[in-house]
Amino acid sequence: MSEHHDTHIDGGHDHAGHGHGEGHAPVTLKGYVTGFLLSVVLTAIPFWLVMGKVIPGSTATAIAILAFAAVQIVVHMVYFLHLNAKSEGGWNMLALIFTLVLVVITLSGSLWVMHHLNVNMMPTMSPQDAHNLP
Amino acid sequence: MSDISTPTLAGGAPAAPDPHFYDARGEHHPENGTLLGFWLYLMSDCLIFACLFATYGVLGRSYAGGPTGMELFDLPLVAVNTTALLLSSITYGFAMIAMQSGKKGAVLAWLAVTGLFGATFIGIELYEFAHLIHEGAGPQRSGFLSSFFALVGTHGLHVTFGLVWLVTLMLQVGKLGLTAANQRRLFCLSMFWHFLDVVWIGVFTFVYLMGVLP
Repeated sequence: MSEHHDTHIDGGHDHAGHGHGEGHAPVTLKGYVTGFLLSVVLTAIPFWLVMGKVIPGSTATAIAILAFAAVQIVVHMVYFLHLNAKSEGGWNMLALIFTLVLVVITLSGSLWVMHHLNVNMMPTMSPQDAHNLP
Repeated sequence: MSDISTPTLAGGAPAAPDPHFYDARGEHHPENGTLLGFWLYLMSDCLIFACLFATYGVLGRSYAGGPTGMELFDLPLVAVNTTALLLSSITYGFAMIAMQSGKKGAVLAWLAVTGLFGATFIGIELYEFAHLIHEGAGPQRSGFLSSFFALVGTHGLHVTFGLVWLVTLMLQVGKLGLTAANQRRLFCLSMFWHFLDVVWIGVFTFVYLMGVLP
């Protein structure tokens, strides 16, 4: 961070001119290969779980593959998007956390409300009746 | 490399005898403003996808007596698709590594490979969509299919525009070389491309894999 202050003393300085990595931590072959191998494993396991019908019961399988997806998203964020608490002075991470809060509210709120709507609406109508609606 | 000095809009106030008079804003504005701004765009894009995921979550089992995901989805095809997108992610990474070493030819080659994998992904997806519509399982068939086409179609549209961007950048790099501006653009496209891969993780898990569960 200290070198950032130096470059800001001359205010009109060309910010595009910093070249090389734009002040980012340099990307490394090791990081990309690690991320790639991890994500291959984390993709293959859910496909195997579902296609091979490894776990009896849909709910257990769903929870398992969602967990793998969550881990894989973190892997991509760290190894491919190079996200860490320090990039852009922490603003990247802050924006991400804010977005995640909104995403969780949107997803869980929609599913929760609409589930209750489905459960409480039309108590006398069976799915069969619903299919016969025009 | 830095002789092409294009002063950015957010470049702060011009150097003055006493900058403290009006440089308060400039002094605190973050470096790499473009990359932060692009990240904020990606986060807002993330919210669009969150809404589409929520819609699919609500409507994903409303088949209206029509075909279900278990009947429609072809998981081996989705696995090929996922592989193509994942491979395109790492080949883009190789392009970024080549960019750091200043190898223009290698950057162009890896970008071309990335574009081919992306085009493969789009090709397979278009084939799948055409197949579904041909079977009478178009977006108008049921709430499930409407939300399916909206979510997967929006992602496919993003990848398509990513490909347009990629070809544009290949021409730019080919013509002007790895200038600072082009490096910044390559960084932005890198974020965009990897972000689309992250969204695809959600799609293949939430839509395809969970869709075929009984």
